[in-house]
Amino acid sequence: MTTVLDDDTQPLDPLSVPATPVLDVRDVHKIYDDGVQQVRAVDGVDLLVERGEYVAIMGASGSGKSTMMNILGCLDVPTSGEYYLDGIDVASLGERQLSRVRNQDIGFVFQAFNLIPSMTARANVELPMLYAGVPAAERRERARAALEVVGLDQRANHRPNALSGGQQQRVAVARSLVNAPALILADEPTGNLDTRSTHEVLDIFDQLNGLGRTIVLITHEDEVAERARRVVRMRDGKIVSDARNAPRAAAHLAGGAR
Amino acid sequence: MSSVEIVRSALRGMNANKLRSVLTLLGVLIGVGSVILLVGVGQGSASAVSEQIGALGSSTLTIRSSGVSSGALRYQNLTTSVADALTTASEDGTAPSIAAVVPQVSTSSTATFGTESTTATVIGTTASYFDATSVEVAQGTGFTENDVETSRRVVVLGSELAETLFDTADPVGQTVIIGSTPYFVDGVMQTQDSSGIESTNSNIVMPITRAQQSISGYGDLSTIVIKATSDDTVDLAKAEATAVLDSVFKITDSSDEAFTVSSQTQLLSTQESTTTTFAAMLTAVACLSLIVGGIGVTNIMLVTVTERTREIGIRKALGATRGAILGQFLVEATLLSLLGGLLGVLGAVIGSRFSIMGIEPQIVGSSVVLALGVSLGIGIFFGGYPAARASRLRPVEALRHE
Repeated sequence: MTTVLDDDTQPLDPLSVPATPVLDVRDVHKIYDDGVQQVRAVDGVDLLVERGEYVAIMGASGSGKSTMMNILGCLDVPTSGEYYLDGIDVASLGERQLSRVRNQDIGFVFQAFNLIPSMTARANVELPMLYAGVPAAERRERARAALEVVGLDQRANHRPNALSGGQQQRVAVARSLVNAPALILADEPTGNLDTRSTHEVLDIFDQLNGLGRTIVLITHEDEVAERARRVVRMRDGKIVSDARNAPRAAAHLAGGAR
Repeated sequence: MSSVEIVRSALRGMNANKLRSVLTLLGVLIGVGSVILLVGVGQGSASAVSEQIGALGSSTLTIRSSGVSSGALRYQNLTTSVADALTTASEDGTAPSIAAVVPQVSTSSTATFGTESTTATVIGTTASYFDATSVEVAQGTGFTENDVETSRRVVVLGSELAETLFDTADPVGQTVIIGSTPYFVDGVMQTQDSSGIESTNSNIVMPITRAQQSISGYGDLSTIVIKATSDDTVDLAKAEATAVLDSVFKITDSSDEAFTVSSQTQLLSTQESTTTTFAAMLTAVACLSLIVGGIGVTNIMLVTVTERTREIGIRKALGATRGAILGQFLVEATLLSLLGGLLGVLGAVIGSRFSIMGIEPQIVGSSVVLALGVSLGIGIFFGGYPAARASRLRPVEALRHE
């Protein structure tokens, strides 16, 4: 349908075997120590996510799920433990390589949208491609295609403050997928949205997952977690349960594939 | 990320906060502009003095009575006989470096033409006055040696005085009343640049014999001006004149001298050093304004970067390298200070076309380079430093920033 969705994976690493998991987390800890108090935000987590999975990480506030998300997104570094993203040991990467991983391998969707207010929707969507060095004409075309996927191609020239919360989050989703990353990481993507917008955004995730995208979503809402195919629950920095949801209704996939 | 993209995102950043960008520009503009302009004013006044020195010719010396009783000697007056002794010495070869001796009496009197009347300085002198002091006669002629001998009632007017009395009419050939005596106007002197030194613009010059007869009386001379044979023989002429004066006044100890022999350039060099001090003070004030402007830019840059830490976080999360972040803010700061600096240069160039405090400012190349350099440096350092710090933050920390 569009280049964005058809172009599933980045160029294959000749050393990686097809079975390489997207996420491979081994005994990861994140400990905040201010000298007075020690907070074990993430306390020995093992997690394996295969290509094409749709995982919801659930937990109450303070369960360590957001810290987990920051580590998975290479926005923060764990205190100890190993983390392989698409087969690459993240700890071995330098600053520039980490930037490249964030740019190429991960697409972020944040609770607070995190669009740059001075830039139009299209410019925001183009931003990751800008850092990837994509030529202007191709950037424009791919941004248009990505905005079409989230149904906002008509509002491409609006600034974020001229868009509703749901629309802003859809722009953010479009931005997360323009570089065709191995993983889409969403941190409470519906936390600031009303029910209608929540459904719109979750429908887009279903659609993307239906087309083979790996999605890891962090939430504390059961309703949101239900849409995922696998639910990981965290409490006090540890994983307390890891369960697969019943197979999804075909309607979602059909609707998504269109 | 290509350099074009970096410039584009920097422009977008500037555009997103127009008021702040304009204020930053203004700070740099004023700082740079005032440095260049004030240094230009200092330079302008210094070169005006130098020009006057050039115009005066460095070959004239002025003898004045020092006006005090010094040591064992009585107060000595400059009389016509002193001037005669100098003239004799120059003519008989004992003072070969003296080309001309110009005695002067000076007093003030009322000059009247029709209904216009004003007080003017009257200088009685000899015909060689015009040649020796480089005062040119612009209209008409100066008076002659013959006029001096016959003490004719002729005058040469200063340009300002001529304008006061005659307005736009031609004064040459007219008759002015000085004191109560009518005088024939022979000529009008060239207007002299008056900034700094005493000019002849509002003086009346007439034969010394006539001045003594009608106005000043046969008293002492005010000054004796000596013209050396060339610029190089001024020091010799000074020594020769001093020797003649010593013998006339019977002075044996040079510390007892009752007169001073000073060159015009000597008088002006005092003036010049005053101008230099003035220029230095202007430069100091200008540098202060540049520093104040720089602090303003620094402040705005710090606020800009701090305020945009979250944006930096977003950009890093999307894959911006440290270099790309730093580049964007550096280019933004550089463009702002460069643009402000160039506008400041433009403003200074325009400002320098007007005369300020009677001085034509002269743009000094090094001040342009210095002012632009300092403003650029401030922009780059104070825009770059906080940006470098922010670009080193882990994305999660930058994102948490509100």
